Amino acid sequence: MTTSIGRRGVLAAAAGAAVAGPVQAQVDPRRGGTLVMVGATTRHVNPAIQSGTPAGLPGTQIFASPLRFDEKWNPQPYLAESWVLAADGKSLTLNLVKSAVFHDGAPITSADVAFSIGVIQKNHPFKTMLEPVESVETPDPHTAIIRMSRAHPAILLAMSPALCPILPKHVFGDGRDIMTHPANTAPVGSGPFRLTEFKPGESITLERFDRFFVPGRPYLDKIVMRIIADVPTQLLALEQQEVFYNPILSTLRDAERLAKQKHIQITDKGFEGIGALNWLAFNTAKKPLDDKRVRQALAYLSDRVRMLKVLQGGKVPQALTPIHPGSPLYTSEVNHFEYDLKKAEGLLDDAGYKKGADGVRFKITIDPIPGAVETTTGVAEFLRGQFKRAGVELELRTSPDFPTWASRVAGQEFDLAIDAVFNWADPVIGVHRTYLTRNIRKGIIWSNTQSYSNAKVDALLDQAAAEPDPAKRKAEYKEFQQIVVDDVPILFLHPFPYTQAAHAGLKNLPSSIWGPMSPWDELYWEASARR
Amino acid sequence: MSRLVWLGRRLVHAFGLMLAVLVLNFVLVHLAPGDPADVIAGEMGGASAQVMAEIRAAYGLDRSIGEQLVRYLGHVLSGDLGFSFYFNRPVTALVFSRMGATALLVASAIVAALVLGTWLGVIAARRPRGVAAQLVAVFSVAGFAAPVFWTGMMFLLLFASYWPIFPVSGMENAGTPRVGFARVLDIAHHLVLPAMTLALIYLAQYSRQARTGMLTALAADYIRTARAKGLGETRVVYRHALRNALIPVITIAGLQFGQVLAGAVLVETVYSWPGLGRLAYESILRRDSPTLLGVLLGSSVMVIVANLLTDAAYRLADPRMRTQ
Repeated sequence: MTTSIGRRGVLAAAAGAAVAGPVQAQVDPRRGGTLVMVGATTRHVNPAIQSGTPAGLPGTQIFASPLRFDEKWNPQPYLAESWVLAADGKSLTLNLVKSAVFHDGAPITSADVAFSIGVIQKNHPFKTMLEPVESVETPDPHTAIIRMSRAHPAILLAMSPALCPILPKHVFGDGRDIMTHPANTAPVGSGPFRLTEFKPGESITLERFDRFFVPGRPYLDKIVMRIIADVPTQLLALEQQEVFYNPILSTLRDAERLAKQKHIQITDKGFEGIGALNWLAFNTAKKPLDDKRVRQALAYLSDRVRMLKVLQGGKVPQALTPIHPGSPLYTSEVNHFEYDLKKAEGLLDDAGYKKGADGVRFKITIDPIPGAVETTTGVAEFLRGQFKRAGVELELRTSPDFPTWASRVAGQEFDLAIDAVFNWADPVIGVHRTYLTRNIRKGIIWSNTQSYSNAKVDALLDQAAAEPDPAKRKAEYKEFQQIVVDDVPILFLHPFPYTQAAHAGLKNLPSSIWGPMSPWDELYWEASARR
Repeated sequence: MSRLVWLGRRLVHAFGLMLAVLVLNFVLVHLAPGDPADVIAGEMGGASAQVMAEIRAAYGLDRSIGEQLVRYLGHVLSGDLGFSFYFNRPVTALVFSRMGATALLVASAIVAALVLGTWLGVIAARRPRGVAAQLVAVFSVAGFAAPVFWTGMMFLLLFASYWPIFPVSGMENAGTPRVGFARVLDIAHHLVLPAMTLALIYLAQYSRQARTGMLTALAADYIRTARAKGLGETRVVYRHALRNALIPVITIAGLQFGQVLAGAVLVETVYSWPGLGRLAYESILRRDSPTLLGVLLGSSVMVIVANLLTDAAYRLADPRMRTQ
């Protein structure tokens, strides 16, 4: 009985949109079609308890978030039609869209928002993201007030689709363990598409949710994410029009090959939010890398400009700092460590590592993360040649797969490591973890595995995390970048050259800062190319 | 009675072998650096020490390897293949959902290799110095020498890219799945390249084997008798000589079934064929030992079934086997 009343209430609330909805849908030339695309193997599709693109790509279609962002880092209404960040920065009020319903028809209320934020705070690997959140008040079903112990400017970006999926409390809050909850692979969602089939390691099928709270959207009827493990097969499948969208191509070589096809479009837009950097990490707890002069010497030897010319055809820019060049907080006013053999040798001599009779100063190892040659082993090979000029022997230790590499690096059993790490939009979310002294945690990958410790950096990061004034915050992060670059716990190589590739008939590729990790409700098939 | 004893003995052997396979693989997977918690943490984008500990406790990874092994074997003996660490669902269901695709791929490959290989062998044997025989010889040496993944990529480039008559990947059309007979045709269309890739290496071997067998058979007295009786050449070759020449081919095919399954791992990866091989590969990468062991058990069952079929094929080819 109660459910039918509830349904009716929802229908009445949605009536405004419903009257115009079907008529619009009839005439909107963008509506319809199926998108078959490349997907990735994932354990589940719940981004509340896991970061990363494999769960995030389907997850941001299935779940809506309070806010979304445009191409210029501005927050836009999504599940929250409006919001107010208090002047002291200590509370964020979200006013939810009133007609919004979950895929099972139940209304999306502030209680669900409070529940979801609780789940994320407790279970998501990014602990700093919601750390200051003390409570979420729900004065009425459409208002949620996030209360924080201090100003927390990252809170707005923490409301992004990839980071703050709104889960139905009546499904996920049934008392079962969220990490192994069956709804993680058979969810009731809040976003533009609902999951209709999850074949582990094989495919994920999504279908249009007809009662999505944004009128007329989404445009596509169906999305099939096919898991194709082999990269050459992925490319060929796109060329031969068996799949029509590859949301994340990881090498420029692949993008250039596909760009030659008339029916394929390539864009490098949409990766500022993720902010992926390829870098060289130094184990600062191990000799001889505990000496800052040695690390600086290796930085001077690295000649990143030539490296990018050799490995990326000079088409990928350099990364200079811990912050991705696409971020508004980035500064290039840091030590560029331009190639300088003399300086490097001088620094090594000063540090007491003179050349031996065989011309060798010392031997160290390098562990590249398994991946495409030009971003991993290729970099290591290049560096080996460079370092040799100054008498530093570099031994390449390749890993056959991720767990092999991760157990070495997380276990802090490495000298140098090549790694790809994401900024996750706000430095509090994805940058701090690498540099804070208190985040030196053995056995935890992507913690401060470099054992880097600088009290000034710790203080700056804590200050910037709670700095409500954007200008001051930017200045603090600038100083942070200058110090870290000079200390060289990490030598930044380049932003990851991610691109999206799609059939030319597919319009409105997601190009916000979150790119493919945001709802594809605006994505549509041109009528002539529709599948 | 003796037959029952024979069967019983074979079953005991098979059981012992399976147990050894399980133990060996269990140990091998655990020797590899890193564990499922590392994999899951990596995919989560990092995890706290507490989460790592929780994952390890949930899957019993915090216990000693001996204890884990005993627990696992206990489960298997009671018919429970356990829970996949990675996919977080029962291994039995996972393995069953993939078995059909692999069985189809491997069976098609073997049948194709047997039929085509034998036929080529016969051609080569009938005129041992002819042009056809030379071509078959070159082809079989090349086919045998080429690694499966290379042939796979070459086939893809040739028949899916340069001359696109076959689909690149998958088992059926993903966007609009077909139904009924149209689906059968669709799957057959997708099957051609992966099955041919897998078949090629064995095809080469079987053609050599069939050729040798045929040469021996054709030189035998009973063939001269058959010809002397005035039988037609086709009948002599295919009914009299081929039957005998086939025995060694069948023997080798039966023995090689396990190898074909192993080849399927590569072929399934190249062609995105949703079978056991890919599942095995992915579970190795993710240190998902229950799934890997489940796949190996599933494969053992397939090998046993294949051996039984080989026995049946012997009886068909050689009447002496029936009276034995």
